[in-house]
Amino acid sequence: MPYYRIHKTEYIDETKRVSFKYDGKTYFGYEGDTLASALLANGVHLVGRSFKYHRPRGIVSCGAEEPNAICQIGSKKDLTEPNVRATELELYEGLEASSQNCWPNVKFDIGGINNFISPLIPAGFYYKTFMWPKSFWKKVYEPLIRLSAGLGKSPTEPDPDIYDHKHVHYDVLVIGGGISGIISAKMAAKNNLKTLLVDDKKILGGSTIYQNNESIKIDDKLSSEWLKNEIQEIKKLSNLTIKTRTSIAAYHGYNFLLAKENLTDHLPEEKKKNKIRQRLWKIRAKKVVIATGSIERPLVFNNNDRPGILLSNSINKYLDYYGVTCGENIILFTNNDSAYETSISLHKKGIKNLIVDLRKSASSELIKEAQSLGIKIYFNHVVTNTFGYRKINSLEIMKLSEDGNTTVGNIIKLSCDCLGMSGGWTPMVHMHTQSGGKLNFRDDDQVFLPKENSEDQISVGSCNGDFDLENIIDKTVNKINKFLDIDNQDYQDTNIICSKENDKRNIWLLPNKVPLGKTKCFIDFQNDSTAKDIKLALKEGFRSIEHVKRYTTTGMATDQGKLSNMHALGIIADTAGVKMGTLGTTTFRPPFTPLTFGTLVGRNVGKFFEVVRKTSMHEWHVENKAEFENVGQWKRPWYYAKNGENMHDAVQRESKAARDSAGILDASTLGKIDIQGTDASEFLNRVYTNAWSKLAIGKCRYGLMLNEDGMVYDDGVTTRISENHYLMTTTTGGAANVLSKLEDYLQTEWPELDVYLTSVTDHYSTASICGPNSKKILNKLFPNLDLSDENFPHMSFKEDNLENINCRIMRISFTGELSYEINIESKYGHSLWKMCIEAGKEFNLTPYGTETMHLLRAEKGFIIVGQDTDGTMTPSDLQMDWIVSKKKYDFIGKRSLYRSDTIREDRKQLVGLLTDDPKEILEEGAQIVSDIKSKPIDMLGHVTSSYFSPNLNKSIALAVVRSGKTMKGQKLIIPMENKNINVTVSDPIFLDKENKRINA
Amino acid sequence: MFLINCPFCGERDQSEFSSGGEAHIVRPKQPTELSDDEWAEYLFMRKNIKGIQFERWNHTHGCRKWFNVVRDTSNDKILSVYKMGEKPPVNYK
Ligand SMILES: [Zn+2]
Repeated sequence: MPYYRIHKTEYIDETKRVSFKYDGKTYFGYEGDTLASALLANGVHLVGRSFKYHRPRGIVSCGAEEPNAICQIGSKKDLTEPNVRATELELYEGLEASSQNCWPNVKFDIGGINNFISPLIPAGFYYKTFMWPKSFWKKVYEPLIRLSAGLGKSPTEPDPDIYDHKHVHYDVLVIGGGISGIISAKMAAKNNLKTLLVDDKKILGGSTIYQNNESIKIDDKLSSEWLKNEIQEIKKLSNLTIKTRTSIAAYHGYNFLLAKENLTDHLPEEKKKNKIRQRLWKIRAKKVVIATGSIERPLVFNNNDRPGILLSNSINKYLDYYGVTCGENIILFTNNDSAYETSISLHKKGIKNLIVDLRKSASSELIKEAQSLGIKIYFNHVVTNTFGYRKINSLEIMKLSEDGNTTVGNIIKLSCDCLGMSGGWTPMVHMHTQSGGKLNFRDDDQVFLPKENSEDQISVGSCNGDFDLENIIDKTVNKINKFLDIDNQDYQDTNIICSKENDKRNIWLLPNKVPLGKTKCFIDFQNDSTAKDIKLALKEGFRSIEHVKRYTTTGMATDQGKLSNMHALGIIADTAGVKMGTLGTTTFRPPFTPLTFGTLVGRNVGKFFEVVRKTSMHEWHVENKAEFENVGQWKRPWYYAKNGENMHDAVQRESKAARDSAGILDASTLGKIDIQGTDASEFLNRVYTNAWSKLAIGKCRYGLMLNEDGMVYDDGVTTRISENHYLMTTTTGGAANVLSKLEDYLQTEWPELDVYLTSVTDHYSTASICGPNSKKILNKLFPNLDLSDENFPHMSFKEDNLENINCRIMRISFTGELSYEINIESKYGHSLWKMCIEAGKEFNLTPYGTETMHLLRAEKGFIIVGQDTDGTMTPSDLQMDWIVSKKKYDFIGKRSLYRSDTIREDRKQLVGLLTDDPKEILEEGAQIVSDIKSKPIDMLGHVTSSYFSPNLNKSIALAVVRSGKTMKGQKLIIPMENKNINVTVSDPIFLDKENKRINA
Repeated sequence: MFLINCPFCGERDQSEFSSGGEAHIVRPKQPTELSDDEWAEYLFMRKNIKGIQFERWNHTHGCRKWFNVVRDTSNDKILSVYKMGEKPPVNYK
């Protein structure tokens, strides 16, 4: 195996050898390597297959823009990670990585057959081909596409890693630790601004840090040496925080940014354990400096995708930063000066190379240097084809015509083992546009640049289109002084020498003597879209860049078109004959690079996913085999599975016991709002549909609350405790919303009312005892309390002590039985409950859960807001006209009760349903029809509540049915998957219509 | 994500607040005297402006106070905050 590590650099520690596995084979690299640099050092270029045609693909870049070298890390079901860019993954001992999207292996790939049938797979292929026949989609097309669409495998078990979140505030955030970012951060921090500098790489310095060209100097030093000194300087600044391995994922409004800090991805397995893997920084910065640099552009020519074809500047970084050469006989194909730096570097390390330059001629310091070194330059030439299956081995070049539209002359064939391409530079304007910034287009070198229009953010350096060093430093310093309103003189006398690029020539789609249809000029390497695809899309009538993008899938892979979007735009503009700047760009959406879900959710997983609210009695319920139901955040006992009963049996037993003797329910979760103030009665008058002024002290009343649109919003019992003091109860789920709605009216509509609202839901625990024997149990608990119907009638309230602890007792009922609710301070809730159970033993006092509660109230036809209502039911729809005051001038929602729509007689209305077969239990949510044969079937409504009543020994259900009020006795049908169930409309009250049990 | 300057608590993250829609829609004092159309105007019709909009916000996870906000919906800049009952700033229209 040839070894391509040809010289030492300070970034690679050759004393620390690291072994790793790639596609099952063991290789060695050094500490400081990325997976990509280590593979290249071992001569491995072929790292994957393209998405559509399964063409062999090699490493293209050295950073976040990498489209090809994406791999699967590890193989454990819970920890394996797909789509990791080898160019960013730092090498560690024991790393196991494999190439993606190739089966059975990267060297022999069955999907490669697509390459030979590629004329059959044009743009929009999937849309066009798989449209018909429809029945083929589920069974044939989709499995086929899924099988070949191999962008890695997801873990199949929960992620065991720990992720963290952190909120921080800074005066200045600098994104990017290249030369302009370092200068900006230094200027800010030295002027007493609390500053954060983030960079996604392991060390600061960007591309200047390995720069070693003698014609580029700062203060007479190599720019890399000068910058290293600056980095040492800024590390001493006390109000500067530097975060490396940290990338900005999203830039939201108001300078709120999300950054992902990688903490352990570079560590060997055993050192990763029990550590936080990644931290999501939630950053608020008063000012943001964007210094994200630029990305080199590929060139679009025939077969530009072979392994061994890289971006020219990446070849330079692999050489000067990692000490690795990408080949021994390299050709650089360029339209600008930057490839000459690569060429000179290669030359100085003894690597044979030559340059093919699109430009007719060029003159600058760099070009003169290359010429003086004897490097061969083909000006006005273009690469027209490349050869070599697993790696490039030769290529053809031709001369360009005067206008650059065609090739002329003879083909020159050149051998090589690596091709570097440079189509110029694309400023990384992602952050600027994510923040809401707009772009300008610079025709000169065909770049989109930030349009500065914000006081809160600015772009500096090459992401602002400043490419030569003198421009970068001078402009950065001036802009930062102005932006931060400071007067920093640190760089006043800095002496910069650099080569200035004088000549430019850009051709988005390079000409060829072969027609476009017979070439493979790739634009998006990962998604395999070609120049031909783009042209086809235009021919078929697509014009908008957003449409062309989706139709051809250009820029839609995991790299989000970092390398391809500009070329797609350029070719569209050329083909359509419009100016490129007029087309706009596709939208740059966060995240900049993919984020794992773990980072986004942080610690909020498992039991921390949501707040859990438990009542004081919770432990008792657990000990007594309660199954729990989630109601909002509350855990409520659903039913108690005595002696291993199933739910049905438990509910039947509980329901019967409650009506035969006594039942007890933990009602602590009901919302409780304490209402005080001299206008409390007036306030209740306005928020409930019924009248409240005349409610006597010590009495309770059921109330229905509407929205302003007349629809039922909440219900509950409110008790008048004293002249100006009420206690309102709400549904469990509605508590917070009701309080907030009441506050809204108090603060904004009726500020003149003297009313104070306090949520006391958590302050009191409530045990609700019902059934014919409940009075006897109460008597045992409160022997001094007169429980006679005269002294303590239904819908009234008393206070008494239980072992010296004050209790509020309401005689109210949600089951239709004689019933008491005992409220006690929450800390005594558990004791109260146990005393009730103890006192109730001789009466078979049976604890029951929410399911039995629902069943018991359904027997009585009492609604549950949110189950029998859905925000479209008026009181009249619920057959509850009795609760709407005719006398009150106004209350919330009153006017809406006689809008043309709410008085319609064919609204859906609450009814009871009885199945013809009393054993048949309906499914809640089931649709109700009258004529099964009509097409389409006319839907009349749906079942809202359904139970088997043990007390009536038959199935009962509540439903909402169109014009239901007038349908009593009418036969309807519930069509189910396998049968039609016959039902009869009934009154919604099934049991004890005369309300006798309430005083039993 | 907005930073909202609660008139009672100061600058806080948007996640502490909830929006209450358009401001200065006064609940009619005599709803019964309104026609269906007039009532519907109050109940349903909102301006939903692209540009400068007056809105109600509630500091739900803070002081629980309602207040008014002037926001440019085209760039999300909050131009002014003021308490309930206070007159809207006149320099925005
Ligand atoms: Zn506040």
